[in-house]
Amino acid sequence: MEQQAILVYDGTLEGFLCCVFTAYEEKLKVVDIKPPGGQAGQQLFSEPREVFTEPEKAKRVWSSLKKKASAAGLRDLKWAFLSEILGMEMHMYSMIRYILAENVPVDRDFSHPAVLKVSQAAKKVGREKHRMEAFVRFRLTKDEVYFAAIEPDFNVLPVIKSHFKNRYADQKWIIYDLKRNFGIAWDLSVVNYITLDLDPAIGISGAPEAYFHSSEIAFQKLWNQYFTSTNIKSRANQKLHVQHLPKRYWKYLTEKNL
Amino acid sequence: MDYERIKEKLSILADAAKYDVSCSSSGSKRKNTTNGLGDSSGMGICHSYTEDGRCVSLLKILLTNHCIFDCAYCVTRKSNDIKRAAFKVQEVVDLTIHFYRRNYIEGLFLSSGIFKDADYTMERLIQVAKKLRLEENFNGYIHLKSIPGASDELMREAGLYADRLSVNIEIPTKSGLKLLAPDKKHEDFMKPMEKVKNEIIQYKQESKLIKRTPRYAPAGQSTQMIIGASGESDRDIMYSATFFYKKYNMKRVYYSGYVPVANDPRLPALGSKVPLLRENRLYQTDWLLRFYGFDIRELLNEQHLNLDLEVDPKLSWALRNRHLFPVNINRVEKQLLLRIPGIGLKSVNKILHARKFRKLNWEHLKNIGIAMNRAKHFITCDSREFEVKEPSSEYLKNIILGTSSGKFRKDIGSQLSLF
Repeated sequence: MEQQAILVYDGTLEGFLCCVFTAYEEKLKVVDIKPPGGQAGQQLFSEPREVFTEPEKAKRVWSSLKKKASAAGLRDLKWAFLSEILGMEMHMYSMIRYILAENVPVDRDFSHPAVLKVSQAAKKVGREKHRMEAFVRFRLTKDEVYFAAIEPDFNVLPVIKSHFKNRYADQKWIIYDLKRNFGIAWDLSVVNYITLDLDPAIGISGAPEAYFHSSEIAFQKLWNQYFTSTNIKSRANQKLHVQHLPKRYWKYLTEKNL
Repeated sequence: MDYERIKEKLSILADAAKYDVSCSSSGSKRKNTTNGLGDSSGMGICHSYTEDGRCVSLLKILLTNHCIFDCAYCVTRKSNDIKRAAFKVQEVVDLTIHFYRRNYIEGLFLSSGIFKDADYTMERLIQVAKKLRLEENFNGYIHLKSIPGASDELMREAGLYADRLSVNIEIPTKSGLKLLAPDKKHEDFMKPMEKVKNEIIQYKQESKLIKRTPRYAPAGQSTQMIIGASGESDRDIMYSATFFYKKYNMKRVYYSGYVPVANDPRLPALGSKVPLLRENRLYQTDWLLRFYGFDIRELLNEQHLNLDLEVDPKLSWALRNRHLFPVNINRVEKQLLLRIPGIGLKSVNKILHARKFRKLNWEHLKNIGIAMNRAKHFITCDSREFEVKEPSSEYLKNIILGTSSGKFRKDIGSQLSLF
């Protein structure tokens, strides 16, 4: 009989793929895969077991997936992982098993429950990605770095990186995820992952003088003026406004916080 | 920079520019290959939404609202007693760059009142775009207004720096134009459109032969018509729109419900309602023409001068053509699938994919997401139950209206009485 197992990984995609590798190698019956400190679930029949991350193994799993799945299916897996939704690992695991078991590409078979779950999660992440690309507001700091703080629903920094890199190639910028306490920083040649000790006074909007360039508040005011003047009062449609601009994103927007 | 002065100008010149509805920032393929600022190779991004629910993606301003023309429908008309202001070229460049760097906007949409003459104005607009591209190394989106009557040479230059060019025809009929904008000639609008169209064709051909041909207005041209200012019919509007799509390869025609800006006996009085529902129906018609394979003469003609405000134009057409329905969803060709009320483009594609594997029944169609309350009266599928009991079209329309709710439903009563 197959051995039942709960696998614990380091929280990275590579670590997760190593769990997949281990499961196949040892023919485990996996009942759960979770990051350290993840919620304890069904521990009746087995002890959680820690799987060490070895990049080589992760690569092997990924390259066999590449042979059997479409680019869109692979992207869905990556993005669904970033959703950090509780239990997503098991949906991904079962999608991966399905893909590897079949000879034809099945990663777009939305009648399979795991494929559907993964693609739905990826869609959510995609939507958050697009919103962050739209609603991130940079503020110019005293040392001439464009700084933005965000609190996205999902871990989207890895997927918005290239968008901002292509767009703001000639200015230094930092986008910092306050929820997950790390950020991405462009130093005019590469994007680095960083962690900072941030004074909460920096906030998500506004321009406290201790940190921001003296001209910063002026441009925020100009933008606010523009936002007000471009509105047509006789066409007012608050419902549509909020539908496009959900209230939980207002904290980012200069035009809503001045 | 004198921020207070700029702020005042911004309030005047953004306010005057807001009646231009285009805010599209997609369709260009300008990449940031120079390690400069900006990239407009992806899809458009709406960075905010105004309280009227419209997307804010570009900094949309006039260079100046001084104007030598006196078009009755326009807020910046010469005879209107309003505050006037003008940006310097460098001020617009700076605002664009500072806003763009903060991720407020996708780029600039620059229009202008006509001061001195058409060429003088056009030259200033081009200067802004040229500075942005050459001095600031800016690869964001630039939409320039073509000034009616501007010379061919200037239009040629404009396209080298702008992603999109547009001339707003504003009044859909020649007679309307004569009445409301007596200083403007119809030909003045057509000339720049013609020039831009020809340049786009020429540059495209050249770029096939020579790889390094510069881009010319890669996001194409567009135009806009004001709705409900000159008593025109929906047929007049849509026949003009079709003319522009065909003759000048327009990317888009925009329809803008007239917002009263003057007390003028030729125009709807100040305070009259903006015809939002009519505008919506016109956009639906525009989509039917561009994506659903309809010919305008099927939707609007001698017998049907105006669109039905109560139901969408596709349903309205289907109710007039009951002899073509019901169709079997599992067999009918794509062309007719597109014409079924309640089934949109995305659903059509899903149906085409799905029916390869199995015959579709009501449950499948519901999951795909078609609007059953409309569609079910016009289709059959893999089921013995079907809705087609051949009631009269008038009766059917009432059934459908009774089973749906529309965002404009409360307005219909009042707007209908106009006709």
